Amino acid sequence: MEVTISTAELLTTDGIPLKQSLRKAERRNKLRAFLLVFPLLLFIIVTFVMPIGDMLLRSVDDSQINSVFPNTFEEYKNWDKGADELPPEEVYKSLFFELANGDKRQIGKALTRMNYAKSGWKSLIKKTTREIKKIVKKGEEPVSYKDTFIKINKFWGDPTYWYSFNQMVNDRSSIYYWNALDRTFDEDGDVVLQDEKRRMYIKTWLRTFKVSVYVTIFCLILGFPVAHLLANLPLRYSNLLMIFVLLPFWTSLLVRTTAWIVMLQQNGVINGILVWLGVISDDGRIQMVYNEAGTLIAMTQILLPFMILPLYSVMRVIPKSHMRAAQNLGAKPAMAFWRVYLPQTIPGISAGGLLVFVLAIGYFITPELVGGKDGKLIGSWIAYHLKTTLNWGLCAALGGILLGIMLIFYWLYNKIVGIDNIKLG
Amino acid sequence: MNDTSQSFVKFEKIDKSYDGEVLVVKNLNLNIAKGEFVTMLGPSGSGKTTTLMMLAGFETPTNGEIFLDTKPISKIPPYEREIGMVFQNYALFPHMTVAENLSFPLEVRKISKPDIKEKVQKALDMVELGNFGTRFPAQLSGGQQQRVALARALVFEPRLVLMDEPLGALDKNLREQMQYEIKHIHDRIGITVVYVTHDQSEALTMSNRIAVFNDGVVQQLSTPDILYEKPENSFVAKFIGENNTLNGVVREVNGSSCTVELDGGFGMVKALKINVNEVGEKTQLSIRPERVSIDKTTSDSNNFSGKIEELIYLGDHIRARLDVCGNKDFIVKVPNEGSFNHKEGDELKLSWNSEDVRALDL
Repeated sequence: MEVTISTAELLTTDGIPLKQSLRKAERRNKLRAFLLVFPLLLFIIVTFVMPIGDMLLRSVDDSQINSVFPNTFEEYKNWDKGADELPPEEVYKSLFFELANGDKRQIGKALTRMNYAKSGWKSLIKKTTREIKKIVKKGEEPVSYKDTFIKINKFWGDPTYWYSFNQMVNDRSSIYYWNALDRTFDEDGDVVLQDEKRRMYIKTWLRTFKVSVYVTIFCLILGFPVAHLLANLPLRYSNLLMIFVLLPFWTSLLVRTTAWIVMLQQNGVINGILVWLGVISDDGRIQMVYNEAGTLIAMTQILLPFMILPLYSVMRVIPKSHMRAAQNLGAKPAMAFWRVYLPQTIPGISAGGLLVFVLAIGYFITPELVGGKDGKLIGSWIAYHLKTTLNWGLCAALGGILLGIMLIFYWLYNKIVGIDNIKLG
Repeated sequence: MNDTSQSFVKFEKIDKSYDGEVLVVKNLNLNIAKGEFVTMLGPSGSGKTTTLMMLAGFETPTNGEIFLDTKPISKIPPYEREIGMVFQNYALFPHMTVAENLSFPLEVRKISKPDIKEKVQKALDMVELGNFGTRFPAQLSGGQQQRVALARALVFEPRLVLMDEPLGALDKNLREQMQYEIKHIHDRIGITVVYVTHDQSEALTMSNRIAVFNDGVVQQLSTPDILYEKPENSFVAKFIGENNTLNGVVREVNGSSCTVELDGGFGMVKALKINVNEVGEKTQLSIRPERVSIDKTTSDSNNFSGKIEELIYLGDHIRARLDVCGNKDFIVKVPNEGSFNHKEGDELKLSWNSEDVRALDL
């Protein structure tokens, strides 16, 4: 028997193609759904996607300096470093006029950037600009621009200054990312470690990781039993307990952080009680705040609900009969827990872990307030460069690395657990 | 009832209370022989599941002792009791495949890998799921999950299998099919089964004996036919099968039979004396619908008439709801032989044998 499959298009009773008719019928619904989410979509684009995109662009942007000294860079590219020790006369000439006629504010910004490439540029150019302006005022035209520069300051005869120009030639640069990892370019454009004195980011990154991992582990250890209790208590007790879990959410972050300072400081509540109990002597008060310990304690408390809630939502739906069944089948309670209960809580553990870790890695206020000198995390550096040094490129690079780490963890999580399994409540 | 000496499971004077105020199980004495299929039947809250949980070890009796194979088991934890159990919602472990679910009880008993594999396959074959070992429970239908749960409860060769309303979540057809399957497996391997259900037809289909629970007390413990045909009290009569009741007062007692005067002056009924003792006592008469004859007379003088309130056509029989002696819910089943041509509102002549009427407690 031969089976014939009709390839003709299906028609509705009125003779219109079925698919077309369906599209028409669905169009209104689709439009309505789109209009409903449109305000949110717009909001997210304006407040989230665009700033992040701008930040990522800024982290590789190096065009400002090129717009201040366009001719100088153009001539600089012609310099054959193998043949001549110093750049050709044209480079000096272009720089002479660009310094003489340039906008003071723009040059100021460019100097900041040049100082990242090699410290000393700022004062050199400032001094030189003053001298050049004098020359121009007098209406003199130098015979050799190169000699004039070197006469003004002998550093103009030092090729290392000129070598550092090399890393500013392009509009795009990875310098900020290397800076964020304690690295810089040498005169040949190779990546090298910063001076020992200027290495601080790697240390902070490692501390940020360490603190985030510890906070995640502590939250898991403290949160798991609480979530289990919440999921298994009768409703009226578990509701009360849930309020205690959520209470910190309703208290200002600053209030909670300062409360921890009051509790933990050397003249604080905990030390006071320990001294009063005679556990420690009055001289032996423990330093629990303004260091890494303070950061760990305060962040664990603040991030704990983010671990408990996903765990609770997963545990709540695990039937109680599973533990009974496991025991009935001959497993001791510990074995039943390990083989039957724990594996079923993995979506909650990983969701809570991911949430706490990602929040911890970018945490700012709490480590800033209770962290002291050695409890500060990478967020503090971002804030410092944002507000104090105005090195937004470095800020953006630090933020970009943070974003990248989060995306890696998200990807890992999706690979291992599957993002569909995430349960947040 | 079985002799105590050969009983495999023995409940002795078991009381159970959760709050110290209400007894959910009262003075339970129950003996189950080896290889028997005993069902605990009763409405929800009657104490049947609590009894099962005490046997499994998840609840402790407040008083009394349970013996398994003559040994007291109250102090043995559930994981050492060697009792298999099929839970209400199967309690299959969702993160393990079917084969892993079945291996679990064998692995915790430290049985060797090849033996586990063989036993798991045998158990799966038994429930006709031989090729489903690699699937996860969520990929199976309700009936298949049920069978996996059954196989898991049997795979470690327990001394006893408990089933807590295992078919409650299945639809009607599947439920009936599974009833036969469980019964056949029981017949084949001869294991002792204690089964809990609130569905009387399930209990009648599968059990050797049924214990009818109500209010924490076993009302009657008998084989299905005796339970249906000779209920010992009005609860059992009402709970098992369909039942017509007439209330009255005992006027005469004559050996194993008695005469009852119906309330409302509808006349006298001759009945078996079951749960009444003396003249003047109030009683409830119980008559099964299929034991009522239409248009016949008996010598027992149990001849009455009833007005047809409602006729329901059910194919093989017609269900007639009559107003008989003041009871407007008197049901009669008329076999569909083609000779029944009455309408609603007609008067019918009814009669029944005195051996089919049981005078029970009120």
